[in-house]
Amino acid sequence: MTKGKIVGLEGSFAVAEAVRMANTDVISAYPITPQTHIVERLSEMVADGDLDADFICVESEHSAMSACVGASAAGARVFTCSAGQGLELMHEVLYIPSSMRLPVVAVAANRALSAPLSVWCDHSDVMALRDISWVQMFAENNQQAFDLTTCAFRIAEDKDVLFPTMVHIDGFYLSHVIEDMVLPEEEEVAGFIPDYKHPFVLDPDKPVSMGCYGPPFIYSETKKAQDVAFDNTRPRIQEIWDEFGELFGRQYLPVESYKMEGARVALVTMGSCSETAMLAVDELRAAGVDVGLIRLRLWRPFPFKELREAVKDLDLLVVLDRAISFGMGGPVCSELKSALYNKREDLKIVGFIGGLGGRDIQISEFKYMVTQAQEKVKAIERGKEVETVIIGVREGGGR
Amino acid sequence: MIEICIYGRGGQGAVTLAELVAHAAISEGKHAQSMPSFGPERRGAPVLAFLRVSETERIKIRAEVTEPDVLIVLDPGLLQVGDVVSRLKKDGTAVINTMKSHDEMKSRLSVNKLATVDAMSIAREVLGLPIVNTTMLGAMIKATGIVKLESLEAPLEERFGKVATKNIEAMNEAYAVTVVS
Repeated sequence: MTKGKIVGLEGSFAVAEAVRMANTDVISAYPITPQTHIVERLSEMVADGDLDADFICVESEHSAMSACVGASAAGARVFTCSAGQGLELMHEVLYIPSSMRLPVVAVAANRALSAPLSVWCDHSDVMALRDISWVQMFAENNQQAFDLTTCAFRIAEDKDVLFPTMVHIDGFYLSHVIEDMVLPEEEEVAGFIPDYKHPFVLDPDKPVSMGCYGPPFIYSETKKAQDVAFDNTRPRIQEIWDEFGELFGRQYLPVESYKMEGARVALVTMGSCSETAMLAVDELRAAGVDVGLIRLRLWRPFPFKELREAVKDLDLLVVLDRAISFGMGGPVCSELKSALYNKREDLKIVGFIGGLGGRDIQISEFKYMVTQAQEKVKAIERGKEVETVIIGVREGGGR
Repeated sequence: MIEICIYGRGGQGAVTLAELVAHAAISEGKHAQSMPSFGPERRGAPVLAFLRVSETERIKIRAEVTEPDVLIVLDPGLLQVGDVVSRLKKDGTAVINTMKSHDEMKSRLSVNKLATVDAMSIAREVLGLPIVNTTMLGAMIKATGIVKLESLEAPLEERFGKVATKNIEAMNEAYAVTVVS
């Protein structure tokens, strides 16, 4: 069932291969650590004639996304990638392709935000992009980085989706790691991603205005339409993942679980630390703790239904956030609480923040979170306020 | 699974060494993961790279190696800079580039298994450059047998093109002269 050849590839190169095999027409990107290798490899591919695409060099991420918007409106298959500060500079323009229903595909090599300057991984950049109305998903390893980038083109360009789509790969942990993965045959990928024909092409012979003025009498209706359309993408995303699974033997789901049989407690993760968390679950299970792992694969649109199904038999959710919403706590934890409120009043949700700015998360940290969360539940039951703990901090709180 | 830490200085090719062995292991049908220690690398500054090789199980852990089975030291000066050897497992192996004699190093370092080679002299002579990573491949393979020596030839050719031959020569030379005990 698993087709293709086993190769050793860096995560960045796995993404570049997916972009090449998708026969992308236009790439516009500005290099920034830790995304740089993706841009470098794509620019080599274009220069060497291995990918027949226009590579538009730009002076900033703001311009990169602007070029992508123009090219996508003209009907091209378009790719860009960025990270951390780059995504922040791109931020203003990120809302444009989603509101204009342009199927731009992007990869974010997740990185912390300044200050202090950090090129290392966390999800601060992801959390600044929650409301941009892009389909967003997380890869946990290089195989998934390839697979999900491949799927992203299909999802974005599907006539029942037509929203830009972003794949999150954790900076360094995926972008700079070489590991073994299966690289499918080009023809197989070409068969999965048909040629793209945008339904409303910007054409000088039939001039139209796109993304023009939205005065109060029409803006609310436009946003309602966008919200409904974005919500309605969920079934197609699953169908496209199912089709990929049939063809390539790797099945993706909006919420994926690990060892949840009989679990009363579950860890919740997103991204590259998920497989480390699996090893912690293995060790805790061996020690008699009824714990499992829930991973959010689809981040936007948020997978409410699948999450509620995954937690239905649980007493406790232990959530790891790799970002801080200052003055609020862990953003993923807040969202899970919001998604489950009124549904499971007896379910306790305890959040931790960790892995900030490239701080390593070892198996022992996940085990610590589960043990500590069980202690915190006792405090919650005594009516105490429980604060979010930042793990691994050397002084004061944490450990 | 075998876990390896490679200590070097920026420009010595610690990260490249990890990547070359990962490619060689994968070409032998093994699972492998190379991971740099994530920094803005500067020439001369201490650099740490991680490598995991597994015969059977896919490698799931995605975190730094904290207790290596094998330690590769590209620059002997690093032994003085930090606590390099203490994290090595009790039954672990240290592979060290040094101009000192094997016996002297053996008496100075308390490690289970020690491999020493004067990689700097070999690299200078064969490559004409003081870059020891590919030379140290030979010492590493001799001490650990983690991959076959010939499995490194294709990754070296892929990486270095025309100058791969000299790098292979340096690796083979180190393999021949590395002392292990």
